[in-house]
Amino acid sequence: MMQYIWPLMVVFSLLAAAVTGNMGNLSSSIIGSGTEAINLAIRLAGMLCFWNGIVNIAEKSELTKSLCKLLSPILKILFPKLQDSATKEAIAMNMTANLLGLDNAATPLGLEAMKRLQRLDPSDKASDNMVRFVVINTACLHIVPTTVALLRQQHGSSSPTEILLPALCTSICSISVGLLTTFLLKRLFK
Amino acid sequence: MRLFSDALIPLVIVSIICFGLVKGVDVFSEFLEGAKRGFGIVLDITPPLIALIFAINTLRQSGGLETLCSLLSPITEFLGIPQQLTPLAILSPISGSGSLSMLEAILKDVGPDSFLGRCACVMMGSTETTFYTMTIYYGSIGIKKTRHTLPCALCADLTSFILSPVMVSLFF
Repeated sequence: MMQYIWPLMVVFSLLAAAVTGNMGNLSSSIIGSGTEAINLAIRLAGMLCFWNGIVNIAEKSELTKSLCKLLSPILKILFPKLQDSATKEAIAMNMTANLLGLDNAATPLGLEAMKRLQRLDPSDKASDNMVRFVVINTACLHIVPTTVALLRQQHGSSSPTEILLPALCTSICSISVGLLTTFLLKRLFK
Repeated sequence: MRLFSDALIPLVIVSIICFGLVKGVDVFSEFLEGAKRGFGIVLDITPPLIALIFAINTLRQSGGLETLCSLLSPITEFLGIPQQLTPLAILSPISGSGSLSMLEAILKDVGPDSFLGRCACVMMGSTETTFYTMTIYYGSIGIKKTRHTLPCALCADLTSFILSPVMVSLFF
């Protein structure tokens, strides 16, 4: 998808600059953008490494497994027809990683869960459980949105983490709407 | 409220470390191990950041972004999404690095403690890259018929966009 959107953004900008006469600004922004990107990456690097270190402790001490157990009543509501316990565990692990803001750990766990879901229901069509699981993953429920908090701190916010609660409430609402629509729409898409 | 959000990160971190200690984990070396892996992630996200900061900078400096936002303003106004946040809303389901670069640009322009800055942060903190996630999850097991996944996921994203300004006005 980015294969088309990225060039589109650049070509559109060039045309817009030609119309509005902003060519000078455009040219200097292009020259500076690489430096800006490396700057941003370096500013994110410390926090990414730090958070990864902390979560590695959580993994090695099996805190993630204990969190999974806490999730099992929620899983029963979300996937009422799912019996297979190994699949449930993979789903719970993926959700835990997501909650901790660990996208890189969540993806392999999620793919494992998808593989198991397909084994339960072999088809080239997505099952109801798969749709629900993917929708949960496309909405984002992070307890600690570390990246956003870090950017706020670097731009001089007086309270970088103050957006935590509103973001959490918004995520919960959007996940609920997503899940509700999976129930409403499942008969329309056979 | 402020106390809660200020205390959350320290509390989470201290509890994780203490839990590790109780379980007899060598917390220091495990921390180092994980932190080392963090560098891999930094290396992975840097090339897309370079590509997207370039594209977003050109959009902003050429005046193209303003044109785009005003073209879409009838729709966004109807939904109650602030016009300056339209590009973030468009990019966030498509590209993680794109929305990160856009958030950086917005915070630079309006500041993190303004209404718009807070809205942008809540929006960013409550959406995930829908298209990317779908591609990877279904692609990995060869499923082409995704049925109602996309409409449902986009409904969830749209809810975040509409609710972000509402939540910010409620909380602050």
